[in-house]
Amino acid sequence: MSNAASNESSRSRGKAPAGERVADWADGRLGIFSLAKANMRKIFPDHWSFMLGEVCLYSFIIIILTGVYLTLFFHPSMAEVEYHGSFVPLQGQLMSQAFESTVNISFEVRGGLLIRQIHHWAAIVFLAGMFVHMMRVFFTGAFRKPREINWLFGFLLFVLGMFTGFTGYSLPDDLLSGTGIRFMQGAILSIPVVGTYVSMFLFGGEFPGTDIIARFYSIHILLLPGIMLGLVVAHLILVFYHKHTQFAGPGRTNKNVVGMPLLPVYMAKAGGFFFLVFGVIAVMSAIATINPIWNIGPYRPDQVSTNAQPDWYMGFSEGLIRIMPGWEINFWGHTLVLGVFIPLMVFGLVMVAIAVYPFIESWVTGDKREHHILDRPRNAPTRTAFGAAWIALYFVLLVGGGNDLWATHFNLSINAITWFVRIGMFVVPVLVFIATKRICLGLQRRDKDKVLHGRESGIIKRLPHGEFIEVHEPLSQEQLHTLTAHEQYKPAEIGPTVDENGVERKVKASEKLRAKLSQGYYGEGNQIEKPTLEEFKEIEAGHGHH
Amino acid sequence: MSSHDISEDNLPQKQAHAHGALGVADKDNPFADPGLPPHEHRIQDVDEKAAKRSERIVAGLFTLSMLATVGFIAAFVALPVDKIIYVFPLGHISALNFSLGLTLGVALFAIGAGAVHWARTLMSDVEVAAERHPIEASPEVREQVFADFKEGVTESGIGFGRRKLIRNTLLGALTLVPLSGVVLLRELGPMPGTKLRHTLWSKGKLLVNMNTHEPLRASDISVGSLTFAMPEGLHEHDHDFQKEIAKAALMLVRLEPADIKDKRELEWSHEGIVAYSKICTHVGCPISLYEQQTHHVLCPCHQSTFDLADGARVIFGPAGHALPQLRIGVNDEGYLEALGDFEEPVGPAFWERGES
Repeated sequence: MSNAASNESSRSRGKAPAGERVADWADGRLGIFSLAKANMRKIFPDHWSFMLGEVCLYSFIIIILTGVYLTLFFHPSMAEVEYHGSFVPLQGQLMSQAFESTVNISFEVRGGLLIRQIHHWAAIVFLAGMFVHMMRVFFTGAFRKPREINWLFGFLLFVLGMFTGFTGYSLPDDLLSGTGIRFMQGAILSIPVVGTYVSMFLFGGEFPGTDIIARFYSIHILLLPGIMLGLVVAHLILVFYHKHTQFAGPGRTNKNVVGMPLLPVYMAKAGGFFFLVFGVIAVMSAIATINPIWNIGPYRPDQVSTNAQPDWYMGFSEGLIRIMPGWEINFWGHTLVLGVFIPLMVFGLVMVAIAVYPFIESWVTGDKREHHILDRPRNAPTRTAFGAAWIALYFVLLVGGGNDLWATHFNLSINAITWFVRIGMFVVPVLVFIATKRICLGLQRRDKDKVLHGRESGIIKRLPHGEFIEVHEPLSQEQLHTLTAHEQYKPAEIGPTVDENGVERKVKASEKLRAKLSQGYYGEGNQIEKPTLEEFKEIEAGHGHH
Repeated sequence: MSSHDISEDNLPQKQAHAHGALGVADKDNPFADPGLPPHEHRIQDVDEKAAKRSERIVAGLFTLSMLATVGFIAAFVALPVDKIIYVFPLGHISALNFSLGLTLGVALFAIGAGAVHWARTLMSDVEVAAERHPIEASPEVREQVFADFKEGVTESGIGFGRRKLIRNTLLGALTLVPLSGVVLLRELGPMPGTKLRHTLWSKGKLLVNMNTHEPLRASDISVGSLTFAMPEGLHEHDHDFQKEIAKAALMLVRLEPADIKDKRELEWSHEGIVAYSKICTHVGCPISLYEQQTHHVLCPCHQSTFDLADGARVIFGPAGHALPQLRIGVNDEGYLEALGDFEEPVGPAFWERGES
């Protein structure tokens, strides 16, 4: 039997180097050679924007490493104690054990402050990284088939990351984060019918109770990161399985992947990048204090400080809650707290909009093919404009969330800012949508011009009869190919409304909507026809190039 | 929503030039894919001296990392945890945190920088193309899978109507069994009952100054000041202090009785002293900013603004209703006292609240 033979041969390799023998041992049990054959020299394309996802992965690992360290010293208890530690301003104050142990991590544990700050900074970098990584994937159309599910995994990671961050910065039970929990409890109370029950069950009674920190603790260190770890692994498996996307260019097609092999180049670069990210976050934590809870003080429900702000990624929800008019409807002895409940719902919708976009776009295009070549954002003007409008909405709401800071820093009226955000959240995204689309179309026109007439060389030539012209240099074939490689859809049209027998066919509303959307995406004026060979040759033959 | 409704003519045609034959420079089609450009040598590929230099840089970075780790351990051992130093422009910071962070940062960053420099200058940078394979299985595999599945389902007997009883009871059991888990969640907390409607305030309870813990007299409240009070009998060491203060926290201001526009507010006040819940009716932040000229109070969290001279009605911001007022008077000894509990729930609105 061949199996016996191979075992024979592996035994006969007894004098092989130690490394090989270890590998043989592992292969006999794990089958690592087949795995390595497929992956060791796997090709990864190179583009600066592909490292954004790596920033997320590495900061996630850093968060887990530092988080485990913090659990060794943190006491998730709301039992009240009097502080007698080394930080003089707090001495004699009543505080929860959670707060006390966080202060102790900062002032008594050598290196504790550093690890705490790395943990918090890494969380901020993680969320910011996911935000930008998702933008990269969105604007280049990398979410298209076959990667829609991986988009959803990424989306879930982003949302779970937000809530892991929220539960995490709430753990020290300081005045600022306690106020954040109070806000969350107020929002829960606004849920019709079940709000008070959810609140009582979550807090183990009335706010704040004595359970919430311990419950947040198990959510923060076990439940959410457990799910996230699974999603991260699934995300990476799919990245490996689908192989990476790449931009169009000479030699890069939808059917291949061009780049450097995992071993050694990508491994060195990606592995090295982990240390770069970790190093930068460590230096940030050395020089920039984050969340100095010892200055903020322990939580008391009847105290608050001004300039209360959540971490940045929660800021847009803060904006929603701040700008909403205080609508309340009372009927039959019940209260519908729209002033809080609507922001809660809009918060969900703003998030869900991200999740469903790939499915909407694929429905509009009706495209069922695999896409591995990335779009340049300009070549998908409507998608790019939607993305930019979403970001505009996000940032307008972020302004709303920090309206007090804007007011104090720029000497503005808080009422004026609130009104600006109330109107701006509807107007600004529309303006940004229009402007982005115009810019994309302008860039498409310039690409077309470059293809047909060549690149402006900056050389001014005077012709014999006195005319000045700028010399245009023709593009190389590489450049011509890159600028014309993108595909362009034609707008979908509703087929004939009358069938071959002259009977009128009912056109479904969804069909009409789809045709309309398709018109908006790919109709006239919504994309610039890319140059055709005929145009190119005509111009070349006509007057040559100047 | 099937796409069959609309013809698929809108999909881009297979463009001849878009993914032309690899590596064929096509005279007729200048847009064709010319294939991977030839590899351009880096200086390290052709100049052994430059390669040696790169090697030294990489090794230097790795050595720097080792030194930084030694520095980290030295700082950990040598520096006291409470030493504060002045570093421009950071200000007064913890010496230990600063040196641990910097040394750790350098130790890590140097490894990364070395590895990346190594990869960029010394490892082969020849681009390689690998084929992609379609994610979808071939039609044969697809058929096979469906056939296998059908066979499996048939063998189990639950599919295609044969053993419906088994299927249905199994589905029933699987649907019910998670209910046990849901039921267990009942223990997470008590039923709301009327808990949100009551606070510690009741008739005759004295108003105690939050800071001095002394009962307040009317003369203690001066015009223009904002005073915070809690009910007598509540102490910071009480185990339920946080829960009780979250509902009972009170703010007192003295207004000119003539300035009070709301009739009931005037009735419930004492010599112009009015007592309102400190907990914002929006989402429950404690209100703490008082503008004495206008008698407005502002919640610093979400900027809800209430007019204390007019029944604490909302004049700006996201709050949905006025702050609840506490009816106060003076007892025989001249101390301010509550004349009852709040008549409506304090804090954020909720489904069962209803109109007061």
